[in-house]
Amino acid sequence: MKFGVVVFPGSNCDNDTLHAVRDVFEQEAEFLWHKDHDLKGSDCIILPGGFSYGDYLRSGAIARFSPLMQEVKEFALKGGIVLGICNGFQVLLELGLLPGAMMRNKNLKFLCQHVYLRIENKDTPFTQAGHEGQVLRIPIAHFDGNYYTDRKGLKELERNQQIVLRYTNEEGYLTEEANVNGSLDHCAGLMNKAGNVLGMMPHPERASEAILGSRDGRLIFQSIINYIHHT
Amino acid sequence: MKIRVLVSYKDSVLDPQGQTVKNALHTLNYDCVKDVRQGKVFELELEEVSPEKVEEVIPEIAHTVLANPIIEKFEWQVIEE
Repeated sequence: MKFGVVVFPGSNCDNDTLHAVRDVFEQEAEFLWHKDHDLKGSDCIILPGGFSYGDYLRSGAIARFSPLMQEVKEFALKGGIVLGICNGFQVLLELGLLPGAMMRNKNLKFLCQHVYLRIENKDTPFTQAGHEGQVLRIPIAHFDGNYYTDRKGLKELERNQQIVLRYTNEEGYLTEEANVNGSLDHCAGLMNKAGNVLGMMPHPERASEAILGSRDGRLIFQSIINYIHHT
Repeated sequence: MKIRVLVSYKDSVLDPQGQTVKNALHTLNYDCVKDVRQGKVFELELEEVSPEKVEEVIPEIAHTVLANPIIEKFEWQVIEE
């Protein structure tokens, strides 16, 4: 299968992400320049972390207007697999492929640390290699990761099991301290209703090799690869 | 023509930065400050547009680009004819 990693001016996890899917998972992978209109036959599009357009206006707000994002939107609406990591998640929210918005972290600090996530829904292309309740240790690095949606929106997310990953403590409990950025309902990873687009604030590409301190992020990429191979 | 657009969080959305500013003001003994909401100001310079066009285009720009309507509201005014 083939991964396409979108590059915006200010993306800074693009190389790490390409390395994870190409060198660690030995899949075909290519960068996709934001000004192009070509997804180069990718089976899965990844919007990587970073600070697209310097986070000007709002995180992800300008990247949304990049020419390539129109193709990405069409690809997603046709059921294509799209993963947004950190800034990529913010872009997906601004683009309207995922519901809600990101606000500044509750403690107003840039958070760069390992966190624990619990898999809430394993019947997705992004988590099927795991099991429900499984706790992953994956790092975050963001200023605006405080997920917000209105009450009606939250009910909808819960009804459809769209919150795929939640911040928990090491034992998998939803404690207030574990919800480091103040996200609504501990939301760390969110899927669209159709189930083919996932946004997550933690960085699985930074947790895909033992030398990086955790291999738990592999589960996300492995799930996508398994999913694509079986469809 | 110059337009000023003010974007701020909706009243229903917690504004942690505004809260922090308020706390700082209280530390300085400005106890009269009851609440602070932080926002952004944009000044747009337009050329050759009719007042009707302005009425149409400014809310559109504010809604699609300057503000994120999920969490933010906006207001605007003409500051220079």
